Amino acid sequence: MGGNSPCASCKLLRRRCAKECIFAPYFPSDDPHKFSIVHKIFGASNVSKMLQELPLQQRADAVSSLVYEANARVRDPVYGCVGAISYLQNQVSQLQMQLAVAQSEILCFQMQQELAPITTSPVLLEGDDKPSLFLHQNNLPQFLTYSSSNNVIFDSFKKESFLGQDMIFS
Amino acid sequence: MASTRCAACKYLRRRCPSDCIFSLYFPSNNPQRFAYVHKIFGASNIGKILQVLPVYRRADAADSLYYEARCRIKDPIYGCVGIINLLHQEICNVQSQIAKIQAEIAFLSNHAQSDQTQFQQLNIAPNVDPIFLSEQKCVSNSFDDSSTLFY
Repeated sequence: MGGNSPCASCKLLRRRCAKECIFAPYFPSDDPHKFSIVHKIFGASNVSKMLQELPLQQRADAVSSLVYEANARVRDPVYGCVGAISYLQNQVSQLQMQLAVAQSEILCFQMQQELAPITTSPVLLEGDDKPSLFLHQNNLPQFLTYSSSNNVIFDSFKKESFLGQDMIFS
Repeated sequence: MASTRCAACKYLRRRCPSDCIFSLYFPSNNPQRFAYVHKIFGASNIGKILQVLPVYRRADAADSLYYEARCRIKDPIYGCVGIINLLHQEICNVQSQIAKIQAEIAFLSNHAQSDQTQFQQLNIAPNVDPIFLSEQKCVSNSFDDSSTLFY
């Protein structure tokens, strides 16, 4: 048991670092910046309350996400990590549009494939050739029930106008 | 004319001055909004964050702080970071779906070209057995087996 050096939080707060200090496992003394950022945005008292409400095994993840959010807020004081969320949602929307276009392309292609033999070679058709349009059944349901998952994410929050129309994470 | 305190000053049980920094963004008709941000960030930190911003940016900042606070209350472990992770996953999923379909399109168009070439060659030789032609169609229609190569 060497010298008990205070954790980064107790150093910053200039207090004695107790043995059961709630911050000590997550804010080691060799990384003072980590706690200072979290303290600046959330406050030591709030972080302590948040950690106390969580089981031990989940606190490390909670601290990591708090540090992430605090860093995002320092970098972008107006939007914080909400800016990143908005940017990623735009990306998802654009990709889903691309997916819909690709799915309609392949559907057209398959329909063309089906029509072409009819005009050129009657022996190739069978009575119930219809299933060829549905060869990739796992794709069609996705295309037909095209829904954006970002609505699921915002379901309980409602996509309010506060996010603005052109909120791009920079 | 009774002046109503803003939600922040009501919550903090103090007088609401005329230049209260919270009053514009935490109106008294939505007490939960301030309660959430106060629980996560603290009134003092909110005030500091808003004060360093130009006035025209403060509304957006207050809204994003409220959003973050709601996320954190809903998910005390990951907060907004959980949503960011979900979105990243969704992006990967959709990208792989697009890649899959593009590979299918490439496969189908290659196959269509080779079918056409074969058909042209067969047309040059008019005495080809029709049964042979239908067998060729079965081969070209076995997408299920061939396309799994691309998955």
